Amino acid sequence: MDSRARALALVAGFLVLGLVPVVAALTQQPFYLDLFRRIMIFAIAAVSLDLILGFGGMVSFGHAAYLGIGAYAVAIPAFYGIHNGLVQWTLALALSGLAALVIGAVSLRTSGVSFIMITLAFAQMLYYLGISINAWGADDGMRLARRSQFGPVVDLANPYVFYYVVFGLLVLLLWLGHRLVNARFGVVIRAARSNEPRMQAIGFATFRYKLAAFALSGAVCGLAGALLTNQTEYLTPSFMHWTRSGDIMVMVILGGMGTLFGPVLGAVAFLLLEDFLSAWTVHWQVVLGPLLVLVVLFARRGLYGLLPGGARHG
Amino acid sequence: MTALLVVEQCLNGLQFGVMLFLMAAGLTLVFGIMNLVNLAHGSLYMVGAYLSVACLKATGSFAAAVVLALLGTLAVGMLVEIVALRTLYERDHLDQVLATFGLILFFNELVAIVWGRAALFTTVPPALAGFVEIVPGIRYPAYRAVIILVGLAVALLLYVVVSRTRLGMLIRAGASNRTMVGALGVNIRLLYTIVFGFGAALAGLGGLMAGPIYTVLPGMGEEILIQVFVVIVIGGIGSIRGALVGAVVVGMVDTLGRAFLKPMLSTVIGPSAADNAGPALASMLIYILMAAVLYFRPQGLFPAARG
Amino acid sequence: MRTIKAAVILALVAALLAGPAGAADPLKIGFITSLSGPAGVIGKHMKDSVELALDHLGRKVGGLETEVIYGDDQRKPDVGKQLADEMLKKHKVNFVSGVIWSNVMLAVAPTVTGAGTIMVGTNAGPHELAGKMCSELYFTTSWQNDQTPEAMGKYMQDQGLTDVYAMAPNYAAGKDMISGFKRYFKGRVVDEVYTKLGQQDYQAEITQLRAKSPKAVFVFYPGDMGIQFLKQYVQAGLRDSIPLYSVYTVDETTLPAVGDAALGNFEARYWSPDLKNEANQKYVADFKKKFGYTPSFYGAQSYDGIMLIDSAVRAVKGDLSNKKGMIAAMRKADFKSTRGKFTYNVNHHPIQNFYLLKSVKGSGGEVEMQIQKTIFESHKDSYYQDCPMKW
Repeated sequence: MDSRARALALVAGFLVLGLVPVVAALTQQPFYLDLFRRIMIFAIAAVSLDLILGFGGMVSFGHAAYLGIGAYAVAIPAFYGIHNGLVQWTLALALSGLAALVIGAVSLRTSGVSFIMITLAFAQMLYYLGISINAWGADDGMRLARRSQFGPVVDLANPYVFYYVVFGLLVLLLWLGHRLVNARFGVVIRAARSNEPRMQAIGFATFRYKLAAFALSGAVCGLAGALLTNQTEYLTPSFMHWTRSGDIMVMVILGGMGTLFGPVLGAVAFLLLEDFLSAWTVHWQVVLGPLLVLVVLFARRGLYGLLPGGARHG
Repeated sequence: MTALLVVEQCLNGLQFGVMLFLMAAGLTLVFGIMNLVNLAHGSLYMVGAYLSVACLKATGSFAAAVVLALLGTLAVGMLVEIVALRTLYERDHLDQVLATFGLILFFNELVAIVWGRAALFTTVPPALAGFVEIVPGIRYPAYRAVIILVGLAVALLLYVVVSRTRLGMLIRAGASNRTMVGALGVNIRLLYTIVFGFGAALAGLGGLMAGPIYTVLPGMGEEILIQVFVVIVIGGIGSIRGALVGAVVVGMVDTLGRAFLKPMLSTVIGPSAADNAGPALASMLIYILMAAVLYFRPQGLFPAARG
Repeated sequence: MRTIKAAVILALVAALLAGPAGAADPLKIGFITSLSGPAGVIGKHMKDSVELALDHLGRKVGGLETEVIYGDDQRKPDVGKQLADEMLKKHKVNFVSGVIWSNVMLAVAPTVTGAGTIMVGTNAGPHELAGKMCSELYFTTSWQNDQTPEAMGKYMQDQGLTDVYAMAPNYAAGKDMISGFKRYFKGRVVDEVYTKLGQQDYQAEITQLRAKSPKAVFVFYPGDMGIQFLKQYVQAGLRDSIPLYSVYTVDETTLPAVGDAALGNFEARYWSPDLKNEANQKYVADFKKKFGYTPSFYGAQSYDGIMLIDSAVRAVKGDLSNKKGMIAAMRKADFKSTRGKFTYNVNHHPIQNFYLLKSVKGSGGEVEMQIQKTIFESHKDSYYQDCPMKW
């Protein structure tokens, strides 16, 4: 009964998200199209982080690095005249996945706080590298002359088409993620989180599974980066700054870790709150700060836990 | 590049390392004993700086400002521990990261509300504005020499407290086996509050010493916080000795890298390429160092024994 | 409990979506700046100046009731762009103004001009917008980034200085500053050192500097970096032996934090609080009276931005749909600017004077910046030839 109610709530949520463009068109407020599109893009990034953080217990504080790599994977080809979306987005997935593979291979040798720090360190390195390369805009960043081209039917310059592309990707990602988490791969990851020595004793090469998950997560976050560049039509190395990683992490934890859908809620809540609060007062962070503390202390499963059928012990 | 120049840069590296140590010691203590990841440590550093500026303005005496700021940061630290952090000890590190991240936002804004966003005016106290010749031939700023002395004194003090006093024994015991210590009738809660306050005071000391030479403004603790985390990860979490070694190593590598990497590179790849590569590499150096240390010794250089 | 929480969240969302409830104002200006974070002090200077300009105009820009909508870009280009989108699509502003940072400007300006709205930049001056990306819908009341270091370079060249040590943070603006400097300074540059963005401790670099024995030092260290560098430079005892020349390093937003450490420092700038003209004297005096602190060039530019918009709206007699008319009026720069009379170049960047400023002890005992001499008269930026506009 409980899980039925929750499923209903989630379906309702997606319906709402899917109808935003319609509402925006009817009320002549196209801004909300852009706002929710941006929210969904960050939701994709947050869901990718949840895969390893919520399910795998791997606290990557450097996830923004993949956001940046994905973004550059779109902007640099565009700079040289290559606007083909398929090429760009495949590049984004491949490059960030590869980067995650390398970074993961080194980082996964540690755990706990050391793991957090080393992932942070790698992200910082990429950030400083990005600032220094003058040919690709350095700190000024790069402009995207045109959005990724997918042929005449899927025209990302059309805000509505772009919105539904992002929406579709988010839904696809959540479905794939749901399948993955409940498949053998996902079960191994989750089991490794609660008792790695036992898993290894049974005979699972947990390192390989974790690394694969890490690389996958990085690749998806790279896709989010590609989408983000298209959204803002601009990118800067600040996409890779550690505070950006912190933002994504907040979305995951606020929304509810290890739930896949929770991070979507987290992204919605965090970005809406940021937009709303900052219009209200300059000192909005004095409110956001304690709010986060309260959520951590009292809403253990995050916003997802507040849904009907919520606080399940797991 | 003369030998004297290298020596002076080593002094600079030592001084920077000592500043890092003050912060790292408190952070690693708290993490080692209470298993608490405290991102708000940088905020306590900031609070120390702000309190010292405010007290200096109120009393006109630098010495008084130092004492008051230390006591103030100690009080703030203990208050934060009691109000916000107690429930976090049982939680996993992720919850701690998020909650203390929230504290960072809160403190930054609080400070901005009270003192405004503009940087505060600070200057080195006139008595310490001169130069000393630590090494013959090097005129070293007296204030920075004092920082080195204070840092080394604190290191010595910590060594004495941890290895020779009852409190230190409790700290070491609590780090190895917290439940047992509690079962033996020690007031663990009080111990934690004291340790946290002590760590906060150390951070505050770092902040108030940094005030005159760095900028006092909201968020001033964040830049150094990352470097401090690098230090304790390299040194080994929970180990004060690790914090000292890690801090000095990081301080030296960073300072010497900034000073000499570009000139060294330019002899290899030419001056204009070195102009670009040098600073980029120098800013990544401590992270590369950390990655290397963790690759070979994932627990850090001096991992504290855990039970 | 849970239903109550859900209801609260729903109410919040509804309130947020409801949009601003208020009488429709004829003229809306969106002003984007950094209000939170360490750079918030600059945002405050700008916002206060905008408010003063509105006061001076009786809260009516160009004779129309005006609403200014402020946005906090948090120094992030994507947030800046989102703010611009919000101002254009939700609030339907007639002008967008402000923006401190070049990288934010490069995301915001094309968004605004692409939507057919006029943008009046009041600080950032990236060379792209002065050159290839110039637009008839984009004006600036500040300068092109390189102009200021060019002025300092010229001054130091004219002084016959040589053996200069140059330092800046390692990012695009830092590199632009030093290349702008070298465009006019032809003497020997002992070394060009780029430091980490946001670096706090410069002791190592200062030690290296001293070892090279330069005759002068040229730096670009904005914001808190400047405060730190200056204090440490003075503490190393170098102020009296090696003169310090800088751009965007010492100004009215950072002087209160450095105090006497700034004495003797030279800066190049197009404006100073002590610049003698009617508009500026009124601006500075009224600003000090209303807000209790000395305004900076960030503020002067923002004040001018509102005045420029005012002159445009006045010229078309309030007909905001007449964009061509407003553009033509703005090109005339027919308003009382705080810098005195100036004209616009083809790329809508000002052709203006640049002065040498020195930090001295003012009559009140505080450290302030005073004009020493004029370096450039009616100086043009170096990128206007790349701009295809002709008028």
